[in-house]
Amino acid sequence: MFSYYLELALRSLRRSPGLTALMVLAIGFGVAASMTTWSVFRAVSGDPIPWKSSQLFVPQIDMWGPKGRGPNNSDNEPPDALDYTDAMALMRAHRGKLQSAMYQISPSVVPADASKHPINVSGHAVYSEFFPMLDVPFLYGNGWSADDDTQRAAVAVISGKLNDKLFGGANSVGRTVSIEGKDYRVVGVLGNWNPQPRFYDVVNTGGFSTGVEDVFIPFERAIAMSISNDGNTNCSETPAESGFVGLQRSSCIWLAYMVQLDDAAAVSAYRSWLDGYAKDQQKAGRFGWAPNNRLRDVPAFLDHEQVVPSDTKVSLLVALGLLIVCLVNTAGLLLAKFLRRSSEIGVRRALGAPRLAIYAQFLTEAGMIGLAGGVLGLLLTGVGVASVSWVLPKDIASLARLDFSLLALTLLVAVIATTLAGLYPTFRASRVQPAWQLKSN
Amino acid sequence: MTLHPMIAALRRHKAGVVLIALQIALTLAIVCNAVFIIGQRIERVHRPTGLDENNLFLVSQQWVGAPSGDDPGSVEKLDSMQQADLAALRGLPDVASVAPINSLPLLNSSWNGAVDLKPGDKGQGSFRGTRTTYYFSDEQALSTLGLRLVAGRNFTAADVGHQGFRDQGEPTQVILTKALGDKLFPKGDALGKVIFLNGATTPTTIIGLVERMQVPGTGSWTNAFVWNATLAPTRLDANFARYAIRAKPGRLDAAMRAVTPALYATNPLRVLDDDSVKSFADIRAEAYRADVGMAILMGVVCLILLAVTAAGIVGLTSFWVGQRHRQIGVRRALGARKIDILHYFQIENLVIASVGAVIGLMLAVGLNLLLMKSFEMDRLPAAYVLIGIVVVLALGQGAVFVPARRASNVPPVVATRAA
Repeated sequence: MFSYYLELALRSLRRSPGLTALMVLAIGFGVAASMTTWSVFRAVSGDPIPWKSSQLFVPQIDMWGPKGRGPNNSDNEPPDALDYTDAMALMRAHRGKLQSAMYQISPSVVPADASKHPINVSGHAVYSEFFPMLDVPFLYGNGWSADDDTQRAAVAVISGKLNDKLFGGANSVGRTVSIEGKDYRVVGVLGNWNPQPRFYDVVNTGGFSTGVEDVFIPFERAIAMSISNDGNTNCSETPAESGFVGLQRSSCIWLAYMVQLDDAAAVSAYRSWLDGYAKDQQKAGRFGWAPNNRLRDVPAFLDHEQVVPSDTKVSLLVALGLLIVCLVNTAGLLLAKFLRRSSEIGVRRALGAPRLAIYAQFLTEAGMIGLAGGVLGLLLTGVGVASVSWVLPKDIASLARLDFSLLALTLLVAVIATTLAGLYPTFRASRVQPAWQLKSN
Repeated sequence: MTLHPMIAALRRHKAGVVLIALQIALTLAIVCNAVFIIGQRIERVHRPTGLDENNLFLVSQQWVGAPSGDDPGSVEKLDSMQQADLAALRGLPDVASVAPINSLPLLNSSWNGAVDLKPGDKGQGSFRGTRTTYYFSDEQALSTLGLRLVAGRNFTAADVGHQGFRDQGEPTQVILTKALGDKLFPKGDALGKVIFLNGATTPTTIIGLVERMQVPGTGSWTNAFVWNATLAPTRLDANFARYAIRAKPGRLDAAMRAVTPALYATNPLRVLDDDSVKSFADIRAEAYRADVGMAILMGVVCLILLAVTAAGIVGLTSFWVGQRHRQIGVRRALGARKIDILHYFQIENLVIASVGAVIGLMLAVGLNLLLMKSFEMDRLPAAYVLIGIVVVLALGQGAVFVPARRASNVPPVVATRAA
């Protein structure tokens, strides 16, 4: 029976090619616009570390107090980064399974080949636990040890890209790289690792980054060598002392922090430890206010930081609106098309076809239009995803890509949506009175 | 012609009428808001920075193995390195003038604080007062950037000092934008007045006012102080430096090419890569890429929407014309002119489109409220909705014309034939 309906549908579609083309075009464009914006939305709202994001937490401590946050901050949220004093206190307490304070650096690297000019790389100063905590993949070697942390060892982990540039892609573990004019021993070379959004340091990257993290060095080594921070620094008051040391002694915030807590018990224990810490600071006179801490996991923190650009959400919303208009349009055209064939329906019904058969016939026709629209939508989505790269900001555009699930979704949305749009016209078609149709002819 | 028979006829095919009206309503709602977004972005992108942007470019560079800048000796060393660079750049044949500067409008790297009329006191935080961004530069800033001085005087070479990047001293003299001056001194007499920067206890004198200068940040968080800039006569010393350079007219490319070799010749131990030398046009394009992209996206969506809706009207009206073929013939046989048939379909469309427009008006406002609540949109001005209504009505009339004319060409003889 289905093949018969297919044949009927084909015949009907061929009979009014203009109307059919109109419907297919509308579905195609509507679905393509939605899927293109969806591909961007999906890319920026994705979980960068899905297998672990609920175990990774970002602690926030209110070191500024209500006054220091200024007049614009009325929701009593503590600052979203840490000052040096509190970050170090958290590192010393070491209450999580794994944890690391970190800050963004942008040191120069001098190639061994003297004829080449120095280059600028970006990276982070981190603790040894950073690598196992974030499941960072290594191509060669490994991260450094806890001893290297405390001894401020001159060791570095470099990206595969920097390894290609400096060592021609060979295993460079044990070799030397010159960072800010000092020699560092390479202990590890990263595999392909470029998580987006940069969930471990949203504050300094704003979430997305076109660059690659080229170099990681031990946190305390970077502090000892006065490798200053490259990211944002926010102060509620002017530091009392000058220089990088003055920054470390101030309440200015410039450090990101991440801690791994495996279960609910660990989370609540960490929370109460944070509150205890803030209370101690209050007692010591450093904080003149009650504890006001937050401990958000990665998805919650990304949401809090509004990593997904509002433009992306608005675009998706508007594109969905477009899809709805296209469907309303299709519903109207299908209605016209189906009712035009009232006499044909009347004949079929008079010959004994039940209403269900009419439903099957016309929904098959709607589904076929949806399928055709979906195929057109696939092509247009391809064009759309390719063209966002020259329309949207580079850091976001590079994330939107065409893959199998997007293509499958495009077809599915087109077919389902068109079938839904065809429901009412089909209902009307099934209500056609055979007697009336036969008589009037 | 009375509307009564037309409305009676519309009742015969309610579903089609409802669908067209709904489609017009949704189209109106989305197009109004999308065009409003486009308008806002265009306005944002076209606001002048206050700079003379032609022939202007920026060099960002970093020294390798430079002193820390944390002690007086190393600050002096860094300053002499910066002075050597400035001298080399100012000596280039295609360069008109050079100013060291910490940032530029649209560069999205900023140093922000607040200025107040009263000295600060300990523990109040530095947020008190009026928010401003700071530009640290020297006496060539105005000529290099092309800023227009509207009151007072420019810095002189003697005014210019230098300090480490993280040193806390505040300048004793500053030039403000007129917007900031007027905000602090609403009577417009800011020149010569004393202010306090970032909660400092030492006074600073306003020696000049420039017409306009935008802050570096382009995000929505800067909206509250986008024209509030303070220029300080201070060279900042750090292991990196930025130089704004004005090329001689028409010599921008040559000047940009000459910079890298000149700086390497002064001191080869530095980082200068592809991104280091950037024309202001590139800085502007990068800063507004998201806005331009959003405007293009909304524009494409609007075009598709209008096309789909117009096509839908053509399709449904054609169907109706076919359906009423015989009735049209009867009317013609009874003496209706071609123009009457044409008008019938045109007015029918106008009625449906008007109903759609009224619903669409409400939807447009509703969608705008939703966007305002969730995405910091502004209120949709009535003009956009009114123009939107005119556009969808015109679109409807345009779309209905072809099938309506086909209807008007139905010959009266059809009435005599069997249906």
